[in-house]
Amino acid sequence: MASYSTNEFKSGLKVLLEGEPCSILENEFVKPGKGQAFNRVKFRNLKTGRVWERTFKSGESLEGADVMELDMEFLYEDGEFFHFMKTDGSFEQIQATNAVVGDAKDWMKEQEVFQVTLWNEDPIAVEPPNFVELEVTETDPGLKGDTAQGATKPATVSTGAVVRVPLFVNQGDVLKIDTRTGEYVSRV
Amino acid sequence: MQVRAEVFAAVRRFFEQRGVLEVATPVLDRHSVTDPYVDAIEVPGAGYLQTSPEYAMKRLLVSGAPDIYQMGPVFRAGEFGRLHNPEFVMLEWYRLGWDDQQLMAEVAELVASILGPCEHRYVRYDALVKDAAEPDLAYAEACEALSGRWFVTHFPSEQAALAKMHPDGATAARFELIVDGVELANGYHELGDAAELRRRFNTDNAERAMLGKPIIALDERFISAMERGLPPCAGVALGVDRLAMLKAGASSLDAVIPFR
Repeated sequence: MASYSTNEFKSGLKVLLEGEPCSILENEFVKPGKGQAFNRVKFRNLKTGRVWERTFKSGESLEGADVMELDMEFLYEDGEFFHFMKTDGSFEQIQATNAVVGDAKDWMKEQEVFQVTLWNEDPIAVEPPNFVELEVTETDPGLKGDTAQGATKPATVSTGAVVRVPLFVNQGDVLKIDTRTGEYVSRV
Repeated sequence: MQVRAEVFAAVRRFFEQRGVLEVATPVLDRHSVTDPYVDAIEVPGAGYLQTSPEYAMKRLLVSGAPDIYQMGPVFRAGEFGRLHNPEFVMLEWYRLGWDDQQLMAEVAELVASILGPCEHRYVRYDALVKDAAEPDLAYAEACEALSGRWFVTHFPSEQAALAKMHPDGATAARFELIVDGVELANGYHELGDAAELRRRFNTDNAERAMLGKPIIALDERFISAMERGLPPCAGVALGVDRLAMLKAGASSLDAVIPFR
């Protein structure tokens, strides 16, 4: 891979930092009028999602990381791996471990399209769409006409995740859920 | 744009009231500065876009000019960020017979006339930068953390640039003004000793060589003017875009420089 100097750093650039694939979030040029220039850079570690901050002398460089972000359709889980298929018509499939899927596993609905991050062609992260629609498989019976503000109860959805829902929601309802917060949005 | 225009007008009013003469020296010149961390933009066949009007203005002073100021574009290669732009507007002025203390007082008045009155405090360089491994970074970060208006004084000899040394022999009569974490101005009780200036320029070039940067030919016209004699004076350069940014209450030059 090519290497990139601090003056080529920009947000979204994928580089290797301490052996880990990272995406640059921010690059700030710091320089006293009479003195050396530095770049204060924020990175997102693409494997862990953690934000790292490092300071470089201007002119230093980092190796680029072979990272691709692809839209892939979730096919099925076989107990060990989650299987995804490319949506570019190639039908090419990849498998991701539980650890790679991470928190996204609460929203793994078949046929839904996820963003899969590949590093050297191996999956390292799976990002769900912002909203998914999932069926309630278990909850206490709905209380018709109960519109008490803010009152909620737990509901289990088809992926096994538990979501706080308003009291009127019934088993069998399909819910729109915001995957970024894990919160109920509406009934579909 | 509006704020920038107000700042330009306020600066000219300030100096007109004080009888300081506006000058304009060449933006493009055959020579550049040796400062290891200031890189000029080279114009093939013509020289360099000036990184500051300092040498030309001092040559005017040697030729008998009175108190002078200049407000115009200067250029620095590779400097781009929230507080940096490769082309920016510098205000530079010289006061004959003044020292750094008197000039700091006038800088404070100019800034107060534009940003409103506020107390100015003083801090020595060594109080901001204690034995740090990267003094330039430590200095930049310490300045970012200063809120309000601060003059940093007593820079160490290796950061004297073109300032006289204090009688202590260890620190320079150089100051910087920091306003809410933004480095706004840099001034000196000016050094006129041609031999000492030549020595500092050669030291700069030695550092440039170590950094793998091009050696800059010394500006002999400037050095010979210094040999003829720079009248005792103090001078300061101030970043006008940053001043306008602060007046606009913005945190990036994006707010005041069009076409960025």
